[in-house]
Parts: sequence; structure tokens; C-alpha cells
Amino acid sequence: MKDSNKVIIETKQLTKKYGDLLVLDSIDEVIYEGEQVAIIGPSGSGKSTFLRCLNCMEDPTSGSIYFENVDIADTRVDINVHREHIGMVFQQFNLFNNKTVIENIMLAPVYVATKKLNKEKRINFFRKIANVFRKEKKPLIEITATKKSIIENARENAIALLQRIGLEDKADVYPSTLSGGQKQRVAIVRALAMNPKVMLFDEPTSALDPEMVGEVLDLMRDLAKDGMTMVIVTHEMGFAREVADRVLFMDGGVIAEQGTPEEIFKNPKNPRLQEFLSKVL
Amino acid sequence: MTKIKDFFKKHWIDMIVITVVIALLALLCASIYVQFNFEKKLNIFYKNFIDNEGYKEVLKGLGNTATIAVLGLIIGIVIGTFIAVIKVIPPYKRIVRYMQKAVSIYVAFFRGTPIVVQLLVGYFIIFPLLRMKIAPVDASVWIFGLNSGAYISEIMRGGINSVDKGQLEAARAVGMPFSTSMLKIVVPQAVKNILPTLGNEFIALIKETSVVGYVGAVDVTMAFQYLGSSSYEYMIPYLVMALIYIILVAGISLIVKIIERKLAKSERQ
Ligand SMILES: Nc1ncnc2c1ncn2[C@@H]1O[C@H](COP(=O)(O)OP(=O)(O)O)[C@@H](O)[C@H]1O
Ligand SMILES: [Mg+2]
Repeated sequence: MKDSNKVIIETKQLTKKYGDLLVLDSIDEVIYEGEQVAIIGPSGSGKSTFLRCLNCMEDPTSGSIYFENVDIADTRVDINVHREHIGMVFQQFNLFNNKTVIENIMLAPVYVATKKLNKEKRINFFRKIANVFRKEKKPLIEITATKKSIIENARENAIALLQRIGLEDKADVYPSTLSGGQKQRVAIVRALAMNPKVMLFDEPTSALDPEMVGEVLDLMRDLAKDGMTMVIVTHEMGFAREVADRVLFMDGGVIAEQGTPEEIFKNPKNPRLQEFLSKVL
Repeated sequence: MTKIKDFFKKHWIDMIVITVVIALLALLCASIYVQFNFEKKLNIFYKNFIDNEGYKEVLKGLGNTATIAVLGLIIGIVIGTFIAVIKVIPPYKRIVRYMQKAVSIYVAFFRGTPIVVQLLVGYFIIFPLLRMKIAPVDASVWIFGLNSGAYISEIMRGGINSVDKGQLEAARAVGMPFSTSMLKIVVPQAVKNILPTLGNEFIALIKETSVVGYVGAVDVTMAFQYLGSSSYEYMIPYLVMALIYIILVAGISLIVKIIERKLAKSERQ
């Protein structure tokens, strides 16, 4: 654990129910900046639900989720602003089918930058009007970006990301023409394009043919080396052991045990964890 | 050669039936031609249509039919998409539930009353109440747009539901709000899925516009009615009118089929 580090995400009494089914049972957990956390556990134990609560894709039934000290479970908070900083990678890739590969990567960065530009223009507009009546004029925001420069920047960045994964020649094709491994790598750089502060992975290799698992894990290994904060739900025990700083074992909607990979895989204490490991290893 | 023989062997009953039907039809045509004094009727129609410039009225009618159907469809798509999106918002907030109730009433009203009634009520009651002076064709455009919006909303909802849930999730996860995610990611894919059905809706719209004469708009049907009543000869004008509708519908069906095939091809890539 990197205790001295800054807290990025913290859940307090995080509880999720579907009807009467208690899926997450008051979970208190902290994710620190720069650490890689693997979440393991049997199917149906609530791993996906927990991960999806971290960016409020699922609204918790009760409890709080602090992202950089803001409770994003509070419905008064604009969740979209915070999601810009939380990357998410899905088991089924979920690339936008109606967009080319490069459009997939550019879409959100262009959207966010344009939103900011429009906001600044709006502020300047009202400031100009207000300044007419003011003795001391308020200075206008200096706007250097244009719609065109935003798109160009996003494109450059997208091309650099595609080069990083060796798929620059696929920039203008539609996702349906890619292999599973290629799709997932594009999905990962699509999330990276937003410069996220943390990335959430929900079984990123479970839908892949075995021969494509390696290329995706390699890319994730790379991200880990670069110090990206990552929370990874995975069935790849070898990968968890190698990459994770910390492993959480979930069972029945609680984090039943956690520790370094060493502690979890060599010295499991919880009997359910021992049983789980005996099945998957 | 053997193929042709096989064909005859297999289908000889059909061939006889077809021959008999064709012969009967020919007989019918011939008897109509003689009995109804067709030649004279044709001459009257020709005089009316060409010499008295009746074709101008028909062209105007065609233009109005096309205007009402095309603009009606566009308005319908906009309204239908709006309604469909409202209907798929997760109903957590009370305002959302109220809006869903409101659009349900809208859809129930427009699907539950005849289009002629909607035209009459709109043109003679609603628009005057709103103090709006509006030409019959424009009124028809709006009322057909509102009407097809109700039908298209159901089609569009099916299209939206056919798009994988992961598409919306991925769009939300990168920080785009619900409305933007729907507009940029889900709705375009939904439209692609329902394009053939929208084509059929357009065809239905063209046929339904034949009632706009009730509010005084001159469409294809009205144009031929004028042609008929000005000469008291209705047979040829109405035959030509039917033919024009058949050609219009067949042409659009063909275009829809071609688009459908193109889309299927691009899917396979
Ligand atoms: N949308 C939902 N509606 C109802 N039950 C759900 C829903 N999503 C998940 N569940 C239930 O919640 C439990 C935990 O699911 P999940 O978080 O997907 O587990 P895991 O990812 O560990 O396999 C399961 O019993 C599952 O059936
Ligand atoms: Mg899961």
C-alpha cells in the first residue's frame, strides 16, 4: 500500500441493493494515487457492481463515494465533470459502432474542450455587457482555442495514442472490422485520451480469444509502469499477482480479505479465499 | 431446353390460370372500351389535361403531396425521436415521469383519432384559436408531422432498444451527458436499424395525404377531382390518379430496398 500517497477514491458505507438483493454491504475502501488494485472473487460477488459504483454508473443505494474529496454519489453533483477524469474499460469493449476508430478516441476530448470553450465565450459575453455598467472593468478571459484547433489537437493526440498501440493504419476503419484484442486496445486508449486520473477495468480480457489476451495485458502493464492509478476486476490471477500493489478479495458483497499479492496468494487466511484460489489456480 | 420443359411440367396449372385471367381482363377492357365510349372520354381528358392546362393543377397537386409527405416525415422524425428519447430516460426524477406521461397522452391522442378528424380540428379549431392564419398546405404539413411523430416515436423506441446498452454506457462513462450520448451515439445507430420501417412510414404518409382536400389543400387527389368535375368525366382522371399513386409508392419502395441492401452490405464489412 502506498499510504503516504494522496487518496483518489474513497467509499464510505457504500451499499447497493437491487430490490431486496443486497449486492454491496457497506463497503469502506480507499484507492490511492498511483497504485494498481486488483479485485478478485467468485462470480456474483459484486465486483462489477463495486467497480461501476466508483464512477456512479450504478447509483449506490446508500453511502458515499468520494472522488478527490467530492461526494459524487450526491445527486446534486454534476457527475459528468468527474467522469471526465475516470476512465472506464468494459468487458465487451463498447467501442462506438457508428464512429471510426479515430473518431472513437477523439469524441470525448473534443466534446469536453468544446464545452469549455463555449462556457468561456458565454462568460466573456456577459462580462462585456456587465462591463458597460462597471467603473472597474473586469478583464475578459483570454481564449486561444478555436473549434478547429480543438479538433486538430484531439486528432494529433489520437494518432499518437494509436501509434502507441501500433494501430495507426486502422484510424479510419469502423470497429466492426477489428479483432477483439484490437478493439480492447482501442477502448483503452480511448479512455487514455481524456488523461484520466484513475482507470477502471471490468474484466478487460474475459471476452477475448486466448491468443489476444496477451496484447491487452501488455498494454495494461505499460500503463501500470507509467504510474497510472488502476482498479482492475480480473480473472487473470497471474496478471494480478504481477502487476497489482494490492489485491481485494470480494465475496458476498463485502471485501472479505485484502493485502499484497504475496499475502493474498501465498498466505490466504479467509477460508472462502482459500477455496476460491484452490479452484482458479 | 429440359429446364424449360421442367418448368412447364411443374407450372402448367398456373399457366392456364394466368392465361384465363389475362383473357378475362382483356375482355373486360374491350367491353369497357366499347361500352363506355372510351375514345370520347380519352379525347375529353386530353383536351382538359393538355389544352386547358389541367396538367398544371396536377403538377401543383404532386408538389403539394410531396411537400406534405416529406416535411411531415421530417417533422415526424424530429418529434418521434424526441418522444422516444423521453420515454427511455430512467424515470428517477419526478419531472421525467411527468414528461413521460405527457408524451404518452400525445401518442395516444394522435394514434387514437382519425387523421381526417385531426386535420379538421387543427385547421378549423386549433389554428384559429391560436389566431394563426395558415394556408391549408402548411396546416396539413404540421398536422401530418404531429401525427407521424406519434407513430415514429414507437418505431424509434424500438430502434433505440435494439442498440446495445453498452453503447450508452461507454458514452456516459467518458463524461457525456445523457442527451449528448443519445444524440451522438445511440440515435444514429437506432435510425440505421429502423430505416426500412421509416421508408414504409413515408409510403403510408404519401397515401394518407390524399385526405388533405378536407381542409382545402390541393394535392394529387384533389387535382384529379377538379379535372373530373370540370368535365363531368371521372373515369380517366381517376384511373390516371391511381396510376400516379402506384408509381409513387413503387418508386419509393424500390429506393428503400436499395438503401436496405446497401446497409446490409456495409454491415458485413
Ligand atoms: N441490474 C441488475 N439488476 C438486478 N440484479 C443485478 C443487476 N446487476 C447485478 N445484479 C446482481 O448483483 C450481484 C452481483 O453482480 P456483479 O456485481 O455483476 O458480480 P460480479 O461482477 O462479481 O460477477 C449478482 O447476484 C447479480 O445477479
Ligand atoms: Mg462482473
